[in-house]
Amino acid sequence: MSMAEILAPAGGGVWHAIADPWSQAILQRAFLEIALVGLISGPLGCWIVFYGLSYSAESLAHGLFPGLVVAALTGIPLLVGGAAGLVVAALGIAIAGRIPTIGRDTAVAIVITTLFGLGALLALSPTSPPGIQNLLFGDVLGVTDGDLAFAGAAVLVTGGALWLMHGPLLAVGFERGSAPSLGISPMLVDIALLVLLSLAILVAVQGLGNLLALAVLVAPAATAALVVNRFAPMLWLAAGLAVASGIGGLYVSYYADTAAGASIAGVTVVLYALVATGAWAVRASRRIRNTGPAVGGREPGYARTR
Amino acid sequence: MNPAIDPTHGPGALVQADGLAVGYNGSPALRDVTFSALAGERIGVLGPNGGGKTTLFRALLGELEPLSGDVTVSARCATVPQTERSRLDYPVSALDVALMGTIPLRGWWRHPGRGERTAAREALASIGLADLASRNFGELSGGQRQRVLVARALVQDASVLLLDEPFTGLDSRSATGLSELIDRLAGEGRAVLIATHDIEQARRWDRVLCLNHRQVAFGPPDEVLTMPVLEATHGGMIVELREDGEHVAVLPAHHHHGHGDEHG
Repeated sequence: MSMAEILAPAGGGVWHAIADPWSQAILQRAFLEIALVGLISGPLGCWIVFYGLSYSAESLAHGLFPGLVVAALTGIPLLVGGAAGLVVAALGIAIAGRIPTIGRDTAVAIVITTLFGLGALLALSPTSPPGIQNLLFGDVLGVTDGDLAFAGAAVLVTGGALWLMHGPLLAVGFERGSAPSLGISPMLVDIALLVLLSLAILVAVQGLGNLLALAVLVAPAATAALVVNRFAPMLWLAAGLAVASGIGGLYVSYYADTAAGASIAGVTVVLYALVATGAWAVRASRRIRNTGPAVGGREPGYARTR
Repeated sequence: MNPAIDPTHGPGALVQADGLAVGYNGSPALRDVTFSALAGERIGVLGPNGGGKTTLFRALLGELEPLSGDVTVSARCATVPQTERSRLDYPVSALDVALMGTIPLRGWWRHPGRGERTAAREALASIGLADLASRNFGELSGGQRQRVLVARALVQDASVLLLDEPFTGLDSRSATGLSELIDRLAGEGRAVLIATHDIEQARRWDRVLCLNHRQVAFGPPDEVLTMPVLEATHGGMIVELREDGEHVAVLPAHHHHGHGDEHG
C-alpha cells in the first residue's frame, strides 16, 4: 500500500506540504520509527565502516533472513528468529570455511546466498500469508506500538553500549595487535559490535526491510566521514544524517508515491554523492590556493590516505 | 594483564626469564629463553621474521602463558606497535592515540577526564610533539607517528617498553631522532626492548638477545654479535662485509620486507 493511497497529497503552501504527512497517526509512527532506526544505524555505521565490516554487515543481514521468515510464519518474536538465523549462518560459514577446496570468501558467499534464497523461497511462497514479503522491503506504515517500543529500547541499548565501549572500539579499530596490552580483547569487541549490528538489522528490517537496512547503516556513516575527521562528531553527524535521510525519504515517498524503504535508501545515497562532490570541490579549490604564491604560506595539511 | 608483580626480585631487574618456553596451542614457538632486563638498559632483540620476537613480547605482556620455565615482569609493561599496522585514514588525533594509553589506568568503560588529558598532553610534549597534539594521526610523518605511539606507551606509566621494529620505514633523520629518544627513555630508568633486523643498530645498545625459535645468545653486543651467532640467528642468510678490518654483517635486502605489510 503506497502512501498516496492513504493520504491524497494536498496543496496549500510549503508549511502545509511539510506538515501534511504528520496529520495521520500511521505516518507519525512511521516518522518516529525511521528516526529511531537512524539514531541506531548512523553511529553504529561509523564503527562498521571503519572496522571494514560493511560487507560482513550485508552478509549478516541476508544470512539471518530465513530466521526472520520462519519467526514471522510461526509467530515467534522476530528478535528470537533473527538471533537463531544468525547462529545458523555463523555455523554454516564456520563449517563451509573448513572445506579445504573452497576459499573463505567463496564459503561465505555460498552460505549467505543459500540462506537468503531459502528465506526468499519461504517468504514468497503462495501459501505464505501476505505481509511476509515486507521482511524484504519493509513496511514502515505497518509499524506497531510494539515495534516502536522495541526500536526505542534498541536506541538505549546501542547508545549505552557505544558510549561504554568507545575507548575499546577506538583502540581496537586503530591497531588490533597492541589492544591486548591495553587490557582490551579484540575478539570481545568484535563480538559486541556484531551483536549490536544484528540488533540494528532486526530493528531496521521493520521499516526498511532486509534488503535495504544496510543503506541507512553504511551511507550516512560514509557521508559523515567525508566531512569530519574525529570519531565523536562523526557519530553525532551520522546519527543526524541517518535521521534526516529517513525523514526526507518518507517525504519523497509521500509526494512521489514511491516505496518508502527504497526512497530512504535513495536519499542516503544522493546525500553521499552531494557531500562527496562538495568535499572534492573544497579540496580542489584548496589545492589551487596552495599552489599559488606560497612564500611563507603554511604547508598543505592534507595527507589523507585512503 | 601483566604477570604477577614480584617484589622479592633484585632491584633493577625489571624483566627476568628463566628457561622460558612459549607458543601457541601447546607447541612452543620459542624456547630456552633465559635473560634479564635491568632498569636503564636498551636491549636489541634480533631474529628473523617468525623467529619468536613477537612471541616473546606477548609473553612479557602476559598475553601468552609460559609452557615451561618462568617469566617475571616486575613493572608495568607497554608495547609500541609498528606504525605500518595502524590505519592512516582513521579519524583520531595524536592526542586521541596518546589517550588510548590511559585505558588500563582509567578502566575501559570510562571516558578520559581532565587528568588523563593532561597526562597525554605531557607525554606528547615530552617527546616533542606538543604542538601537533590536535593533528590527525594519519597526517603525521612516519617518525612522528612512531613518537605518538611511544607517547601512548609512556602515558601507561610503563617502566618496560617493547618496541616492535620501530625503525621500519623511517628516513635516516627520523631514525636518528628515534634512536636518541630510546637512549633518553632508558636513561630515565626504563628497560627498553627493541625488536629489530638492523644488526649495526643493535651494536650500539647495551645488550642483545638473539632469537631463532630458541635463544641463540644473550649478552653485550661485542661478545654476542659474532658471525657464528648471527648465522645461527638468521639461518645463514648473512652477508659479511669487511670495512677497515672490522666485521660488518648485514642481512640481504629482501629480508627487511618479510612482513608484506610494511610497504605503507
